Amino acid sequence: MSVTAHAHIDDHADDHVHHHKETFVTKYIFSQDHKMISKQYLITGLIMGIIGIAMSLLFRMQLAWPGESFPIFEALLGGWAPGGVLDADMYLALVTIHGTIMVFFVLTAGLSGTFSNLLIPLQIGARDMASGFLNMLSYWMFFVSSVIMLISLFVEAGPAAAGWTIYPPLSALPMAQPGSGMGMTLWLVSMAIFIASSLLGSLNYIVTVINLRTKGMSMTRLPLTIWAFFVTAIIGVVSFPVLLSAALLLIMDRSFGTSFFLSDIFIQGEVLHYQGGSPVLFEHLFWFLGHPEVYIVLLPALGITSEVMSTNARKPIFGYRAMVASILAIAFLSTIVWGHHMFVSGMNPFLGSVFTFTTLLIAIPSAVKAFNYITTLWKGNLQLNPGMLFSIGLVSTFISGGLTGIILGDSTLDINVHDTYFVVAHFHLVMGISALYGLFAGVYHWFPKMFKRMMNKNLGYVHFWITAICAYGVFFPMHFVGMAGVPRRYYENTAFPMFDELTDVNVLITIFALIAGLAQLVFLYNFISSIFYGKPTEQNPWKSNTLEWTAPIEHFHGNWEGKIPEVHRWAYDYSKTQENGEYVIPGQDFVPQNIPLQQDEEELNH
Amino acid sequence: MTTLLILIVLVLVAIAIWQMTKIFELSKLKTVDSQVATDKDNKYNGYLLFAFLIFIYGITIFSFYKYTKVLLPEAASAHGADYDYLLLVSFIIIFFVQTLTQALLHYFGYKYRGEKGKKALFFADNDRLEFIWTIIPVIVLAGLILWGLYTWTNIMDINDEDDPLIVELYAQQFNWTARYGGTDNVLGSANVRMIDIDKANVLGLDESDPNASDDVIVKELHLPVGRKVNFKMRSQDVLHSAYMPHFRAQMNCVPGMTTEFSFTPTITTTEMRMNPDVVAKVKRTNKIRAERAANGEDNSDPWEFDYILLCNKICGKSHYNMQMKIIVESEEDYNTWIESQQTFSQTMASMQ
Repeated sequence: MSVTAHAHIDDHADDHVHHHKETFVTKYIFSQDHKMISKQYLITGLIMGIIGIAMSLLFRMQLAWPGESFPIFEALLGGWAPGGVLDADMYLALVTIHGTIMVFFVLTAGLSGTFSNLLIPLQIGARDMASGFLNMLSYWMFFVSSVIMLISLFVEAGPAAAGWTIYPPLSALPMAQPGSGMGMTLWLVSMAIFIASSLLGSLNYIVTVINLRTKGMSMTRLPLTIWAFFVTAIIGVVSFPVLLSAALLLIMDRSFGTSFFLSDIFIQGEVLHYQGGSPVLFEHLFWFLGHPEVYIVLLPALGITSEVMSTNARKPIFGYRAMVASILAIAFLSTIVWGHHMFVSGMNPFLGSVFTFTTLLIAIPSAVKAFNYITTLWKGNLQLNPGMLFSIGLVSTFISGGLTGIILGDSTLDINVHDTYFVVAHFHLVMGISALYGLFAGVYHWFPKMFKRMMNKNLGYVHFWITAICAYGVFFPMHFVGMAGVPRRYYENTAFPMFDELTDVNVLITIFALIAGLAQLVFLYNFISSIFYGKPTEQNPWKSNTLEWTAPIEHFHGNWEGKIPEVHRWAYDYSKTQENGEYVIPGQDFVPQNIPLQQDEEELNH
Repeated sequence: MTTLLILIVLVLVAIAIWQMTKIFELSKLKTVDSQVATDKDNKYNGYLLFAFLIFIYGITIFSFYKYTKVLLPEAASAHGADYDYLLLVSFIIIFFVQTLTQALLHYFGYKYRGEKGKKALFFADNDRLEFIWTIIPVIVLAGLILWGLYTWTNIMDINDEDDPLIVELYAQQFNWTARYGGTDNVLGSANVRMIDIDKANVLGLDESDPNASDDVIVKELHLPVGRKVNFKMRSQDVLHSAYMPHFRAQMNCVPGMTTEFSFTPTITTTEMRMNPDVVAKVKRTNKIRAERAANGEDNSDPWEFDYILLCNKICGKSHYNMQMKIIVESEEDYNTWIESQQTFSQTMASMQ
């Protein structure tokens, strides 16, 4: 603890690192070191990711070959797939848990948790988070919530199956759906713990960024990664508590007979006592988190992309201030657009107008970001490392997926594509695939910092190219399925002859999905084998400017031996030249943040 | 189609294996490799980025060529034409931007691939450029917002002008019921608390309400062409969504409240069956179904086009099969049909 207590006295001449005696437990399990916690987040997130993606492959198989018997269904799902044919309730459960796991456990905790923890202290020049203890607590609550979510898969009546949005009354009434019994209870408990974990983490990130920046690290010199994590944490603190309140009220309705979300219900031959509640209220509360959640997932990915892209383009990120302004604008707008998920929910159409307006506004900062990324590549000297390719891929899917948002954000056009596969295709590209690419870009880029070894680049290339092709192969044709009017969360489309000719498309999509799934095994192999057998890294493998690369390769609690580096410039002095056309530091196309301004050098930006 | 798919898979697998073997060779030869991209990596991946651009265009063209036919036919409602036009314009804008930005992104990735000794341009800011690409989306989006809002306000303005037909859509796990106001075109009051299964009062109508006695409760939705229909939606258990894609219409059904939607059907079922797109679709579909019949599979009866009402909000196990047929017909046909139906009071009387 003394380490963190000393951390802000960074100009203290005799500041030094205290080496504690560490046992196995304090080092690897209940560690308070942000670097270890970030690894814990990453590995837990990846395990959840494997489960989430595997589930999607299962229900994709059902969609392509409806009602067909697959031994793998029976092997994995047992009684939920009698004779190898997937059960309709189980289908909905798979869809639900896939969504929950991917959105919260992989892309919120796995992405933001990993890289906020790793990078915030290292990039702002702090010895650790403001509170190492809270940080540890945050991880372990995340771990507990993951375990509870996984336990819910083994409940006799099945896990939660009301969709990841768990709209009541379906999620509130066990007689409406078997998954709404114990499965849903565990889902709610797990999410409540998850929210607490996320809040502890977010508060810690905010405090750390505000208070523990090293000398010279003004807010306008922060790398964009940190801006993204910082703003993400703020959005989380603003919106997650609302989901908690929704979850609590739902628990009350389910277990204590209140009527917050329920009214006038007749089910299985009897009238229930609920009176006066409204499911629409739940939708408001849910999406008040649910929409910012999209940006909680996406902003860290965009921050990582900014950093990785600039480093590998050997160019400053274009329009740093505009990027920061866009992040702030997106964050603000993200909290006032939630109603676009509810245009046809029965809420007042005038509200729909307001939300259309704010929703289409959010396209503006998003467009600015996309253009700035493209300009960052222009006239660069692009080092196409796997991390860089994933960053370029992110911009590509962010554009493709974002553009269809113009359709869905328009209340008029939403009428006919709402809740169809068009929506599924849209959000998977813009937040699912994009955020996953951000996660991969971050892993490839910071793997040397985390594990002291390099990942194999060629396996990385194979991983990227197969994934990139399959991602479009899955989600581009899916837009057409939605435009044909196919609703999401249908166990099979065979009840409607008008969808018969879509079987071909669904087969194509599923094949691409299966290949994409296999490609992730390449990544897993690379990840695990590189941890043990990867080539040892050098100090600064990507020739990057940010402070984490000035820290010793060897990990210890406190990050830097001796003094914390002082910052003299922004993070993006790549290929900066003096007036005579020579690099600022001759023969080196980058100037790390801790290098003082050179003679005759003009500080151009900050 | 299946052959094509198999071919695609084989090609992809072949590429994967080829890449893998290459990698293992490389990793054996150059154990000193630093795992940081070399000029050679930059070159190959630069070319691949360019190839990927072509792939994106390729899959776009492929999808349009192959799947345009699956899209919904011409809108069968009065507001549907406005909807489709706005959709078309939005898509033109989207594809213009998509084509341009993907080209720039991947072309830059290819063009500026790294080489040793090459100098990147230190280009950190340009107010004019940023202003331009802020203001263009602002103008385009402002146009789309205003147009969208104008159309939205028109569609959602549900009023009693032009003598609309009042129809209730009643949702429950897992079927739909429709209720007409009857000769007075007024729906009798109803609540789930008045449901009496034994007396076949399944929608919970107030038996003492005179407006209810002439209500007509049916399992198939008939609509007269050219007359505005005001739908009142109810649900008795969980959320459902009344989705009528051919009419560009959708509204959730929420237990505890009545939601509304309104449209004017403009094309009768018979006319729609003669629409060339629909004719072609029915032909294709029946070919698939004939193949199934030949193989002795399910879902193989020949199909005739009908408008359909689907449930589009997850509602439980049989969500995927919650539907009701919609028939749009001439005013006379509609009148003949509705007169042949039992009214609520007749049903009640027959149950006594």
